[in-house]
Amino acid sequence: MKRSLFVSIILLIFLLTPFRADAQCKQFAKNTCKVGLAPYQHDGNYHAAVLLEGEEAELYKTFYSDTEYRIGVCGANNLGPIEFSVVDGNGKVLYNNKYNDYEWKWDFKLESSQQLKILVKVPVSDSLAEEPKEGCVSIMFGFKEK
Amino acid sequence: MNIKTLGKPANFILLFIFLVFIIGGCASDKDKKNKESANSELSDDFNADLDDDLVEKINTAKKIFYSLPSPLETAMLIKTAGAAYDESLLNPVSNADKYSTNLKMALNLGIYSTDLSYASLFDQSQATLNYINAAKKMADGLEILDAIDEQTISRLEENINNRNVIIDIISETLLNSTSFLEDRGLQATSAVILVGGWVEGLYIATNLVPPGADLKNNKLVERIADQKLSLNIVISLLENNQESVEAQSILKDVKTLERIFDQVKIELSENHPVKDPKTNVTTIKSESASAITISRGTFNELKKQIDAIRTRYIS
Repeated sequence: MKRSLFVSIILLIFLLTPFRADAQCKQFAKNTCKVGLAPYQHDGNYHAAVLLEGEEAELYKTFYSDTEYRIGVCGANNLGPIEFSVVDGNGKVLYNNKYNDYEWKWDFKLESSQQLKILVKVPVSDSLAEEPKEGCVSIMFGFKEK
Repeated sequence: MNIKTLGKPANFILLFIFLVFIIGGCASDKDKKNKESANSELSDDFNADLDDDLVEKINTAKKIFYSLPSPLETAMLIKTAGAAYDESLLNPVSNADKYSTNLKMALNLGIYSTDLSYASLFDQSQATLNYINAAKKMADGLEILDAIDEQTISRLEENINNRNVIIDIISETLLNSTSFLEDRGLQATSAVILVGGWVEGLYIATNLVPPGADLKNNKLVERIADQKLSLNIVISLLENNQESVEAQSILKDVKTLERIFDQVKIELSENHPVKDPKTNVTTIKSESASAITISRGTFNELKKQIDAIRTRYIS
């Protein structure tokens, strides 16, 4: 009886682990990424996920003319510098942070409203660890009211 | 209570919880597969030149996010387009008591969030307080814990004349709601909230354009036409929640808007990023000014359809 109870508890903890990781992701997004958007106003949207090293993510968003934006892409400390690029509808790369010392944020404005794609890549570390590392990656946007 | 005193009933409870999580896990997997197989038309557009199989493999391996303008951004776009504040356009807070289904509460959480953002950006203190309370009712009804708590309302009241703090509080409540739902795998509810807010933004904006106003060189009309650019994001968000009856019913409404937005013409030219070394801000310059064409007939049709959808959502 005691043993089965113990096994059930262990299983429960194991099953709840991904949920806890997601909850931690929210705190990470709020405390690390959102804070860094200032003086831009965070738009209130939440885009974050636990990613493995080597994994990629992409985000589609429309950006409007006459508005100044800050894109912030933050990764957990154990992941190393996160690469992100911004691509327009014709596939032209407008920005890639790997040519800017993997700067986590990019400030920009557009002459014409358009939809852009943000591509995020989690680097693969050189460590010899058997298990790939994983951590929270968050993409956030701030804007300036004119 | 220690483990020994739990006894047999506690074992059954734990077994039950365990089974719920196993079933929940299976549902999430199914959900994930649906999403993966749903490979949006958006990705297809961007990868049109690549081999279909390759695109599918790439997309199934990637986490894909679709970001709609938040209620706060929508309100900012309306304000910066030079529009006025008109409280008569907002969903009356007295309606909040009549929403009892999850669909209505989710839609109206989005709608009230846009109304709240619009009121706050125009420094309407009393309306801001009224609409945060209406949004709270919807969030509570959806059991989105702590998205808007009593402390949030008190903080808002204490800073009612400080617009920056108010906007920050609204941004925080939006983040809390979305992250709460996303963390629990309730992406469909999150999508319905966002689409509700987006529809409300379109409703306010189309109704702020005076009848007979010049549709050319009109910033607000331009912003309305710009929503064509977000339409495939709205559709992808909803299509990715195929298992949700609510999301699919909203998708039908959005498809009616798609047919109208198809008549809006937006021509984009080549982009050239130019960085200002003083401010570190990059300007994405366009080779020629973007041409947005919306005829009066299309505008009126869009306004009529938005009015009809929004009336159903708030009723």
